[in-house]
Amino acid sequence: MWKLCSVPGAMRMLSYFSNRLLLFLLLIFFGFAHTSMAQQSEEPLSLTVGSKNFNENYLLAEVISQLFEHAGYRVDRNFGMSGTLIIYEALRTGEVDVYVEYTGTVAQVIFNDGDSSLEGLNAQLLSQGVEMMPSIGFNNTYALTIKRDYAKQLGISTISELAVQPNIDLGFSVEFLNRPDGWPGLVETYGFTQQAIGMDHGLTYQAIDDGSIDVTDAYSTDGDLDRYDLLILEDNLNFFPRYSGVPLIRSELPIQARAAIDNLTGRINESRMRELNGRIMLDGKSFAEVAAEFLAEEGLVARSDNARGSGSDMWSRLWHNTSVHLQLTFIALSLGCAVGLPLGFTIYRSRRLSRSMLYIAGLMQTVPSIALLALFIPLFGIGQTPAIIALFLYSLLPILRSTITALLTIDPVLKRAAEAMGMTRVQQLSQVLVPLALPNVLSGVKTAAIISIGTATLAAFIGAGGLGEPIVTGLALNDTSLILQGAIPAACLAILAEMLFDLLERALVKPHMLIGQLPT
Amino acid sequence: MTLACIEYDGITKSYDTKTILHGLTFSIKSNITTAIVGESGSGKSTLLQLANGLVVPEKGQVSVFGAAVNSNNITSQRLKIGCSVQGAGLFPHLSVFQNITLMATLQKWSTTDIQDRYQQLMRLLKLDVDLRDRYPYSLSGGQQQRVSLCRAMMLKPPLLLLDEPFSALDPVTRDIIYDEFLKLQQAEIRSIVLVTHDMFEATKLAQQIIVLCDGKIEQQGTVAEIENNPASDYVEALFRAGGNAHA
Repeated sequence: MWKLCSVPGAMRMLSYFSNRLLLFLLLIFFGFAHTSMAQQSEEPLSLTVGSKNFNENYLLAEVISQLFEHAGYRVDRNFGMSGTLIIYEALRTGEVDVYVEYTGTVAQVIFNDGDSSLEGLNAQLLSQGVEMMPSIGFNNTYALTIKRDYAKQLGISTISELAVQPNIDLGFSVEFLNRPDGWPGLVETYGFTQQAIGMDHGLTYQAIDDGSIDVTDAYSTDGDLDRYDLLILEDNLNFFPRYSGVPLIRSELPIQARAAIDNLTGRINESRMRELNGRIMLDGKSFAEVAAEFLAEEGLVARSDNARGSGSDMWSRLWHNTSVHLQLTFIALSLGCAVGLPLGFTIYRSRRLSRSMLYIAGLMQTVPSIALLALFIPLFGIGQTPAIIALFLYSLLPILRSTITALLTIDPVLKRAAEAMGMTRVQQLSQVLVPLALPNVLSGVKTAAIISIGTATLAAFIGAGGLGEPIVTGLALNDTSLILQGAIPAACLAILAEMLFDLLERALVKPHMLIGQLPT
Repeated sequence: MTLACIEYDGITKSYDTKTILHGLTFSIKSNITTAIVGESGSGKSTLLQLANGLVVPEKGQVSVFGAAVNSNNITSQRLKIGCSVQGAGLFPHLSVFQNITLMATLQKWSTTDIQDRYQQLMRLLKLDVDLRDRYPYSLSGGQQQRVSLCRAMMLKPPLLLLDEPFSALDPVTRDIIYDEFLKLQQAEIRSIVLVTHDMFEATKLAQQIIVLCDGKIEQQGTVAEIENNPASDYVEALFRAGGNAHA
């Protein structure tokens, strides 16, 4: 081809080695994607345990996971999903086999218009292939909390007294802010007139601690309450419903697995739950550790059985998360190229078509990633499929735009020359248009790759895994080191992608053809 | 004499609302160099682009060596027509050698044929052998224009279309290339159509001259005919302008 025909010896050597290096890096890339796929498809008797993205739910999910493992199952931990509807949808569609829900949430959020008695709820769950197991024991109801000394200063101890305070900053988790048994119901019952702002639940304690907000929602079993010296305001009008912890399972869950979960029935009361939560939040132990301690203390699983080496564990998790992350980005980017490049080459001649296409792709870009992910749940469920589709859509714009721009900015004299010389359409494309567009197109694909690597961290919210998983968990636990375990590798991947594309550029494009160095 | 290399029959062409050519009918003779002279916007370049099918007329028919130009045969027709434009139009991603031999490679010429023809053209246009692996950006304007001529002549086309090929060059370089161009004409006899706004260039390089004004033919004839009997003030003015520029 045009590339190697007559490069002097030294250049040829350089290009030979950079080609080799490129091949090597690509192999690693594919290797990653391959091993993680293989891991997912083998081994039978595998159950998936899900959790929401807060402390207690992680811990209970880990307890159930260890009970399953003790009973001989292989367990996929799909932890840290954001929001009830996402995780319930995952259970309903079979992507998760069990997670711990709260009775109040089932009544208010999942079936907010039906029979709210326990029997009624069970019947509705059954019709969707889901069952509710008996309560674990504790009632983790919603509560409003305030700094103990600030409450003393204001002289308040009940929600009624709070409702009449004029200058109070209210900040709630987004879910609480919007659910009928949360803020809207409180406003109705207690007559609040103040405005409230929404934020991630993982950030609310931090916010109350540094004084950006005065009051937030909490769970009555939260281990954080003691850590931040927070007072639970008395629900004097008995507004909050009961939130008993109950495992929700898929109806077809095997009997042995049900029996394993049944070990938990009535075993954890509120103070026990708060104490277990505290071991994580206050003592800084891992979920796995506390779960193992708990199971040993209760005599359910002998301690040694679940002693998981946390050092090697971190590396294997990191490896797993990174490979899933790469897999997500790689598939999405390949799809983006497979669609964006031919589309760009097809429509660039039509000004109207290319403009409307760019408009649509741009519109897609303005939809916040998390919203796009949430919109996809009814269409594609949760997990990797919707994540890949979303990432694909995000990568489409930079690829399409750079392709169209690259083709439109080719000197028309050169296009005419190619045509006038008697080249066929295919020859014009392969000899002139593609090589001249290549530098711009490559930089578009590079941008898409880097965007995808960044955005893929959000995929963890819908259970797709990847490097977002430690970030989501870290947010829930207010654990900076955990957040960094996701953020640093993600940043490294972005840098690696940048370097990989620079190498690719060097291998495919002559130095004088690189962007910004075009001869006049 | 011999048959015409290009025949224009009732050609009308307009861009947007402006009509450039008004029902033009004339022909260009084979095996000599013909210059089409006129001001910018007079429609000269359009005449060349009609011949190799880059522009399609609204009315009328163009024929090259007796064959009508249409979309069915255009790609094979173009292989018989060499082209060189102002600013050379060399492909920036290809070396001098690759630029010149690209079409021969695509036409699956043998390596020896390609090498032979390449050497021959380089000698003919006095291009240094060291230029072989250089890229267009590193060449002077004169070198680029000569490479462009080589590229146009690579396939030994019977017809050569040159659109203002020398207008971007400095006077000294231009004079050198004029001499080479005249030698070229003697070395390889072919039909050449040269578009230029410069009457001096036309009289120096061509045997036949066609003067174009507002999409119509003002005068057509040999250099001597036009020089001695300019048909209008416009033609005379063109001579004066050209003469001054190169006095």
